[in-house]
Amino acid sequence: MNAALIIIFATIALSAFLGIYAGRRVKMNLENWTVGGRNFGIIIIWLLMAGEIYTTFTFLGASGWAYSKGAPTFYILIYGALAYTVSFFVLPALWKVGKRYGLHTQPDFFIKRYDSRYLGVIVALIGVICIIPYLQLQLKGLGLIVQVASNGAVHPRIAIGISFVLTCAFVYTSGIKGTAWVAVVKDILMILAVFIVGIGVPYIYFGGFGKMFKTLIAQKPDYLVFPGAVPEMNVLWIMSTLLVMGVGFYMWPHVFGSAFSAKSARIIKRNAVIMPFYQIPILLIFMVGFTALLVIPGLEDGDMAFLALVNKTYPSWFMGFVGAAGAVTAMVPSAILVLFASTLLAKNVYQAGFRPRMSEEKVMNLSRIMVLVIMIFALVFAMFFPNELVPLLIFGYNGVSQFFPGVVLGLFWKRVTRTGVFCGLIAGVTLVLILILSKNDPFLGMNAGFVGLALNSVITVLVSLKTKPSNGGFK
Amino acid sequence: MGKGTKLALILGSIPFITLVFALPLVNRIEPVILGLPFLLFWIISWVILTPLILFLAYRLEKKFNPPEKEDER
Repeated sequence: MNAALIIIFATIALSAFLGIYAGRRVKMNLENWTVGGRNFGIIIIWLLMAGEIYTTFTFLGASGWAYSKGAPTFYILIYGALAYTVSFFVLPALWKVGKRYGLHTQPDFFIKRYDSRYLGVIVALIGVICIIPYLQLQLKGLGLIVQVASNGAVHPRIAIGISFVLTCAFVYTSGIKGTAWVAVVKDILMILAVFIVGIGVPYIYFGGFGKMFKTLIAQKPDYLVFPGAVPEMNVLWIMSTLLVMGVGFYMWPHVFGSAFSAKSARIIKRNAVIMPFYQIPILLIFMVGFTALLVIPGLEDGDMAFLALVNKTYPSWFMGFVGAAGAVTAMVPSAILVLFASTLLAKNVYQAGFRPRMSEEKVMNLSRIMVLVIMIFALVFAMFFPNELVPLLIFGYNGVSQFFPGVVLGLFWKRVTRTGVFCGLIAGVTLVLILILSKNDPFLGMNAGFVGLALNSVITVLVSLKTKPSNGGFK
Repeated sequence: MGKGTKLALILGSIPFITLVFALPLVNRIEPVILGLPFLLFWIISWVILTPLILFLAYRLEKKFNPPEKEDER
């Protein structure tokens, strides 16, 4: 065994142990498992939400896009800032109704506000359909990182298998709290790795950022403005994508749900203020991608740019460190995704749809069983059908952003009705699916999700105005 | 809507104006500032300014909106 392998597996094992340890002496009920007893302070909320944003896609994808597409990668830096701005206005109000009515999940909100169990079931199912490919992507990324970091010594399936068992263990025992603790480890490792590599490689090869950009401007000026190397990703596409992702980010069921775990609405608001600082490491990841473009051009898979450049530049034990950071970066979002997907299925699909009188304890137990079921499902896809879910992945962001009118109007506009939200949601989701499946994304140069969201908003408002007002379950 | 909320919403629209709607106007390399191509410099500047804008919005809301009940915070 070499040093890189020891570092990777020791880190994975220690993180999982910490996650399991976090849940000791907490009596696990649904409230503690999904929303941490609504007791998280500002630091832990910040780390948890940052843990949801920084996934393996950020790690490999932001540098990979810089490498293969150029300027379109900048959207990753921008949309977070927009999403936090939206959250500043929306999440505190959401937290308050969550506290008042004891909500745990996103469908809980729809059920309560619109007084309709079936709207909740639909929202839950759309949420789970969007989450599963995202989860599979994390597992796939993890396998890839460990394989490259161990110099081929560990097959992706083995890496995925081991981290899958450990992630399940800490989600099962400690719920959201275990995940938040592991997020601390993840953040420290990830930020260290990104700062060392992001500042290091432009300096080692060019003597600094400025000189690196000077070379890039001389050699590939087109890379540094939209649309970069991809003609479809012009300014209009970027703008429409930013709007969808800016409003869509907090509509992911797991991100939405984490808002409930804060101690107070004020903590949520202050968190929105400090969140954008977490964007700075993304900038350094771009630097790695751009440096790789100049130093090691012609890679077949752009997403490998970060790892390939680290491999070329640093000793192998450091590669182990980056691999460990990458592996934990996949485990934390996986844990949150599977936690919320399982709660949605148990509480909002099974209990709400079929067994309204099921006790909360039974829902909790069913959620824990669903953790294993969903993980095995994602695992099978990650190991044996790695590319089958790609269209669903594209659907993910566009799909969850369709919840936005129902959530925001539900919070701030008394006139919005169940029928309005139902019609808007179905119309938006259907249009997005049609555009993606018929290869009409982008549509007239715009992101399909944006087109769907526009139709969805118009229909929600018009149908609401035509139907009888009702404040649903809200007083 | 309280005066604080209104002011906060105006401030909150700034990131959307600068980082989305202004993009067609800043989509260029020159002038290079601090070694960064102009488009990237513009984006980084506003991403860094966003927390400061939101902090100001937070203070204005606190100043102008009536204080909330203890259990609602």
